[in-house]
Amino acid sequence: MSWFKRVKEGILTKTQDKKFTPDGLWYQCPECKSPQASKDFVANNWVCMTCDHHERIGSVEYFNLFFDEGKFTELDAHMISADPLEFVDSKPYPARIAEARKKSGLLDAARTAHGKMNGSKIVIACMDFSFVGGSMGTVVGEKIARAIDYGRENKIPVMVITKSGGARMQEAAFSLMQMAKTSAKLALLAQDGIPYISYLTDPTTGGVTASFAMLGDFNIAEPNALIGFAGPRVIRETIGKDLPKGFQRSEFLVEHGFVDFIVHRKEAKDKISNLLSMITDKKTRSKSDESAVTNA
Amino acid sequence: MMLLDFEKPIEELNEQLEKARLTHQKGKVDMSDTISQLEKKIESTRKTIYKELTGWQKVQLSRHPDRPYTLDYINGMTKNFVELHGDRNIGDDKAIVGGFAQLDNIPVMILGHQKGRNTKDRQFRNFGMANPEGYRKALRFMKLAEKFNRPIITLIDTPGASPGLEAEERGQGEAIARNLLEMSVLKVPVICIVIGEGASGGALGIGVGDRIAMLEYTWYSVISPESCSSILWRSWDYKEKAAEVLKLTSDDMLNNKLIDRVIKEPLGGAHNDPESMFKTLKTEIKKMIKELKDLSSEELISQRIEKFSEMGVYSEETV
Ligand SMILES: [Zn+2]
Repeated sequence: MSWFKRVKEGILTKTQDKKFTPDGLWYQCPECKSPQASKDFVANNWVCMTCDHHERIGSVEYFNLFFDEGKFTELDAHMISADPLEFVDSKPYPARIAEARKKSGLLDAARTAHGKMNGSKIVIACMDFSFVGGSMGTVVGEKIARAIDYGRENKIPVMVITKSGGARMQEAAFSLMQMAKTSAKLALLAQDGIPYISYLTDPTTGGVTASFAMLGDFNIAEPNALIGFAGPRVIRETIGKDLPKGFQRSEFLVEHGFVDFIVHRKEAKDKISNLLSMITDKKTRSKSDESAVTNA
Repeated sequence: MMLLDFEKPIEELNEQLEKARLTHQKGKVDMSDTISQLEKKIESTRKTIYKELTGWQKVQLSRHPDRPYTLDYINGMTKNFVELHGDRNIGDDKAIVGGFAQLDNIPVMILGHQKGRNTKDRQFRNFGMANPEGYRKALRFMKLAEKFNRPIITLIDTPGASPGLEAEERGQGEAIARNLLEMSVLKVPVICIVIGEGASGGALGIGVGDRIAMLEYTWYSVISPESCSSILWRSWDYKEKAAEVLKLTSDDMLNNKLIDRVIKEPLGGAHNDPESMFKTLKTEIKKMIKELKDLSSEELISQRIEKFSEMGVYSEETV
């Protein structure tokens, strides 16, 4: 395990080069089409300056956003997937993985780390959509399970940043069982009274929604994120008509009672810290208990 | 009895047998030798066919229209079944049934997905595809079993959780997720049996237990062969291939340590001799209850979670 000192500018430049603007200067929002200087857009946490569209980002950016000074210790950084089913479709699964590794610069679709958020310890698992659509195979499930274990062992809050198309088909039933594995670990975390935050981002669907994404003590979503179990295409085909506007978006989930609140990315860190500070400081609780008694 | 495409050789023999019987009944010719020969031949042909079934053929068997469903098993294996209804919130999902019943003298909670037999019934049961209230109904039943210290038997048979507007509005993802979490810490023995189709989260939503078993000709995976085919090969034509690559049969699942045991079916499948299937399954369930009954709640829970924690294959590269 090693400490990664991340220099903010370095990461930002790298990301924007790779992801948004080949010339590194301009970003055009896919929602409102407004062009803006890449550096302003990046400084705005990859959120459109005009319409607040939250661009999809990955673990590199989220770790930088949530961990103080972008400093963290990565857990299980070298875990990679095997090919237990010797799965071959248009290409063998190991070749698909190798390609994804090359393209994304990542080893799999989730990274986990511990560090400090506004001075308080936290474990964060973050999914990466750029790796096979953020799909959950054994590595994702195992890493998240171990991150939860880390939270239990060290009695520190756990947050999972979800962004996934669902289970990874190439690991078939192994992928499916990761849903049970992660949910079981969360049951133990809950028994220990340790907070669990599910931070939902665009898109979160399938087996991830039907496991750890929906099990937060607090389910917190970025604006306009697609969040659902069945994908919109499947539902459209099943019911044979177009889906209502805003269906399965963050606001829809708040409306139906499955998300506590929506948070702008730039306010996420402070808002979550604030929430955690009210439920994790035992001294504060006993004080308020006393005052409750006095008042009575 | 409807025969599947790969059972065609049996169909021809059946026709010959029928003819021979008819002639014999008319009393003009003694056909008893021919009849017994044909019967033997049917048996041996069936044995040969069933010895080497492909993944897809097992999928076909798991969906055979005459296959016993959850209520058939409940009626065939238990007595004094008291069916319970509703999630105490929005309604009673007909795709999930359950209640208390007795396996001989052992009182249990038994529940499962329920499919329909004819067109009307299939719609009534929503093809065995549960909505969120179905998973919540199941959880309510399981919590009752925990409260009254009774083992839980779940019978899995679903083509998937219901996809639809209402299902999403009412939190299909949350309902399944909640069951996974809650089932992993139930204080009583939980035995899960795949009796037909085990499709994805819809199956797993009642599938977290101390013993996970599959009947011989069933399947369990993250996706159906058809959907897998359409995603990977952009067509439903590769469902046979998808059934192979997904390694979804009971033997594959056992080999991959994702289930605990396979329960033999009668020759020709459960529908070919339901009574003997009920008897076998009942014996197996009783065996499993016996294995679990002396474990404390703590032992059950920790072994259950340990089992699921070990599922998966990965490697840790050293750089
Ligand atoms: Zn915009």
